[in-house]
Amino acid sequence: MTPAFEPEALSWYEGSARQRIAALVDPGSFREAVGPEERATSPHLALFDLPEQFDDGMIVGQAAFKGTPILVAAQEGRFMGGAVGEVHGAKLVGLLRAAKSLALDVLVLFDTGGVRLQEANAGETAIAEIMRAVVEARLSGSRVVGLIGGRSGCYGGGGLIAGCCSALLVTEQGRIGVTGPEVIETNRGVEEFDARDRALVWRTMGGKHRYLIGGADRYVDDGPEAFRAAVRDVLAAPGRLDLATLDAEQARLERRLARFGAARDATDIWSALGVAEAPAVPGLSTQAFRAVALGRESAHDAR
Amino acid sequence: MERLSYTLSAPIPAGGTKPRAIVGVVASGNLEVLLERALAPDLCTVEIATAAHGFAEIWAAVVADFVARRAAGGLRIAINDGGARPDTVALRLAQGARLIAGDAA
Repeated sequence: MTPAFEPEALSWYEGSARQRIAALVDPGSFREAVGPEERATSPHLALFDLPEQFDDGMIVGQAAFKGTPILVAAQEGRFMGGAVGEVHGAKLVGLLRAAKSLALDVLVLFDTGGVRLQEANAGETAIAEIMRAVVEARLSGSRVVGLIGGRSGCYGGGGLIAGCCSALLVTEQGRIGVTGPEVIETNRGVEEFDARDRALVWRTMGGKHRYLIGGADRYVDDGPEAFRAAVRDVLAAPGRLDLATLDAEQARLERRLARFGAARDATDIWSALGVAEAPAVPGLSTQAFRAVALGRESAHDAR
Repeated sequence: MERLSYTLSAPIPAGGTKPRAIVGVVASGNLEVLLERALAPDLCTVEIATAAHGFAEIWAAVVADFVARRAAGGLRIAINDGGARPDTVALRLAQGARLIAGDAA
């Protein structure tokens, strides 16, 4: 009688932050901290006569994943483009500190354009605090896994935080970067980067490219089951962060730069990686893409 | 930001035992509705913060219609609005009433 919402049918790209959490973790297990009823809203938006959201676009809490306790954070990409403000950031900092003291792993469901311009200084500070908290949680043994497949991608400070994570899971629609397409075009001109060229945007910043160049650890379909399988997979691997990891990561990035630094377009990189028909990559199904991606750059723990 | 507040007597009490429910997001043409079971079962309050000024009459009509037709008794409702149309508001209110009518987990 009641047309119930079917979590398994959720498109990660289309879904809300709350729907993503509900579909990802064990059914009914999510317990929110600093929920909307506490009305921890932005202290800055009213100055600009902008509407607030009761959770400030960041949902944090504890849940069970395959029966194991885990901490979860999700950004609501439709509220101000998932942008990070003071409260939004503080909630994630708190969750990451809790991960350290409770010795739990963390899932961060990114969906953000970066720092919220209306509270820029507080937002930038929040990004720095989050990065520190990610590193401290990882040093204490927790894994921090980033899930990227929302409409707003993972840009600006979100891209920096993602770079600090233990592992990143990305969909074809997911985008990872620091400077977004429009910002590059604004600052460097349309000849440098045409932000309206969607094919260019996705082959430069999209999930397939990031996976191929070792910027993401798992390439997943746009649904909860694919994300669950990938999360289970990366949580089974040992999570470690030490000097040896960072040295190896530095060497890997230097190699990558030497190998691809002169490439003019992502398709040049794909060809160099041994993909026979590089221009066809954006059109490949998940299965066909995984097959051609076997020669991809590896993604080390520290990325 | 325009702030509106309505207190209405509600003919139908909200079912279920969930303490609260939230639906929607604050985005252009959208809104979020937070419902809390906090009042006497024959009362409903609705507080609205909206970026679109000058639509108090329409808000009053949509809210009155909702309380008359849905199980809204006992609910304290708070709305953050990003300029949603009246039909979207009615839909979100109905979603919220449906959601909170479930049993507490």
